[in-house]
Amino acid sequence: MSEVKETLTQPILRNNPIALQILGICSALAVTTSLQVTVVMCIALTSVTAFSNLFISIIRKHIPGSIRIIVQMTVIASLVIVVDQVLKAYAYEISKQLSVFVGLIITNCIVMGRAEAYAMKNPPIPSFLDGIGNGLGYSVVLLVVGFFRELFGAGKLFGYQVLPVVTEGGWYNPNGLMLLAPSAFFLIGLFIWALRSWDKSQVEAPDYKIAKHTAVEEAA
Amino acid sequence: MSSNDGIKKTLIVAFSLCIVCSVVVSTAAVVLKPVQEVNKTLDRKRNILAAAGMLEQGVSVETQFEQVESRIVDLRTGKFTDEVDPKTFDARKAAKDPSMSETLSAEADIAKIKRRGDYAEVYLVSSASGDLEKIILPVHGYGLWSTLYGYMALESDLNTVIGLGFAEHGETPGLGGEVDNPSWKAKWPGKKVYKDGEVELGLIKGTVDPSSANAAWQVDGLSGATLTSNGVSNLVQFWLGEQGYQPFIENLKAGEA
Repeated sequence: MSEVKETLTQPILRNNPIALQILGICSALAVTTSLQVTVVMCIALTSVTAFSNLFISIIRKHIPGSIRIIVQMTVIASLVIVVDQVLKAYAYEISKQLSVFVGLIITNCIVMGRAEAYAMKNPPIPSFLDGIGNGLGYSVVLLVVGFFRELFGAGKLFGYQVLPVVTEGGWYNPNGLMLLAPSAFFLIGLFIWALRSWDKSQVEAPDYKIAKHTAVEEAA
Repeated sequence: MSSNDGIKKTLIVAFSLCIVCSVVVSTAAVVLKPVQEVNKTLDRKRNILAAAGMLEQGVSVETQFEQVESRIVDLRTGKFTDEVDPKTFDARKAAKDPSMSETLSAEADIAKIKRRGDYAEVYLVSSASGDLEKIILPVHGYGLWSTLYGYMALESDLNTVIGLGFAEHGETPGLGGEVDNPSWKAKWPGKKVYKDGEVELGLIKGTVDPSSANAAWQVDGLSGATLTSNGVSNLVQFWLGEQGYQPFIENLKAGEA
C-alpha cells in the first residue's frame, strides 16, 4: 500500500516533472492565463499520461526495441486525438481557447518521458498510478502559476472578479505582464526556488564554479 | 526480449497497433460528431449575434437568434432566392462545388479566395413593424497565414457599419490575431462603407486622424501585422464590392431584392 502511495505522491513535490525534471514547460506557459482553461488542460494531460502509461505497460513485453518510440508515439497520439474530440464535443469554448495545445500534448515530454522511463519496465497498475501522479505534479505547478497569473493579470479567479479592476470602477490596476508568457517563466522559477529551499536534496550541483580572483602579485 | 526484435514480430506489432489505434480514433470521431456539430452551429450563431452587437450574456443563444431571419441571396443577380434551403445550405461546401460557384479571375480576386459561391446566406434583423434594422453578411478572405472567416453587420441604411467580427482565423497571436481584440473591433461601429458608389472602407497604416475628411471610411491598421491588415481591407473591399454584395445591397435599397 505504501508503494502505491509513493508512486502517486512522489511526483507531486519530491520528483515534480516540471520543477525537478524541467519537462513540459511549453504548455505551462501557454495555458495558464486563466484557471478554467488550466484545469481542463491538467485533466487532459493527466488522463493522457495515465492511459498511455497503462496501455504501453500492457503491451510492453511485445514492443520490439527497434520501434518502441514510434509505438509509444502512436498510442499517445491516438489518446490525444480522442481527448481533443471529447473536448470539442463537451467543452467547446474551452477547447477553442486551448486550441493547438491539446494537440501538442503529443509532444509533451512528460507523457513520453513517463512511457519510456516507467511504463516500459513496470506492470500496468503501478504505471497507471505513475501517470496520474505525474499528471498531478504537472497540475500543481500549472494551478499555482495559473492562480497568480489570473489573479494579478485580470483580477479574477475562475472568471469571477476578485479584485475590482480600474476599468470597471474598482481600485486594482491589472498587471498586463502577467497575461504574457514571460511571467510564467518568472513564476515557475520562483516555484522551483521555493521548492528547492524546502527540499534541499533537489538542488543540483553547479556545472561550473567561478574561480577565485587572482591576487594582484600572482598575476604580475 | 530478443524474440521481439525479429522482422516478423516487428511488422505484426506495428500493424496490429495501427489497426487498433485507428479504430479507436475513428470511433471517437464518428460517435462525437453530432455533439460537435451542435456546438459549431451554436458558435456560428453566437458570432453572428456578436457582430451585430446583439449578444447578451445569460440568455440562451438559441432564444436570441430567434429574432434573426436567415435568407439566401443569389450573388449573380443580387436578389433573394428560394432555390436553396437555408437549413441545409453550407456556404463553405458550396464555394468549393463547381456547380454552385465560379472561379475568380486574378484581378477580381483581391481577397484571394479563388472561388466565389453563387449563393450566400445573409441574416436579417427586422423591427416589430417589419422594417429592416440590421443586416449581417458573412465575409471571408486570406490574411497572412490563413483564411479569415467573419461577419460584417450593417445598419438599415446599408452603409454604416455596426461591427465586424471574425469567427475563425489562424493569424499570428498578438499580431494579426489582434483582429479579435475588443478595443480594435470597437473602432468599426459607425464607419461608412461606400463613397460615391465605391467601397472606400479600409484599414490604413497607423492611427486614423479624426479631423481627416476620410476618417469615416478609415480604420486603424493592426501594428506589426501589415499583411493581415491588407487582408482585412481586401476582404471588405471584395465582399462589399461588385463581386460581392453590392448588387444585392443596391437592390435592397431600391426595394427590388
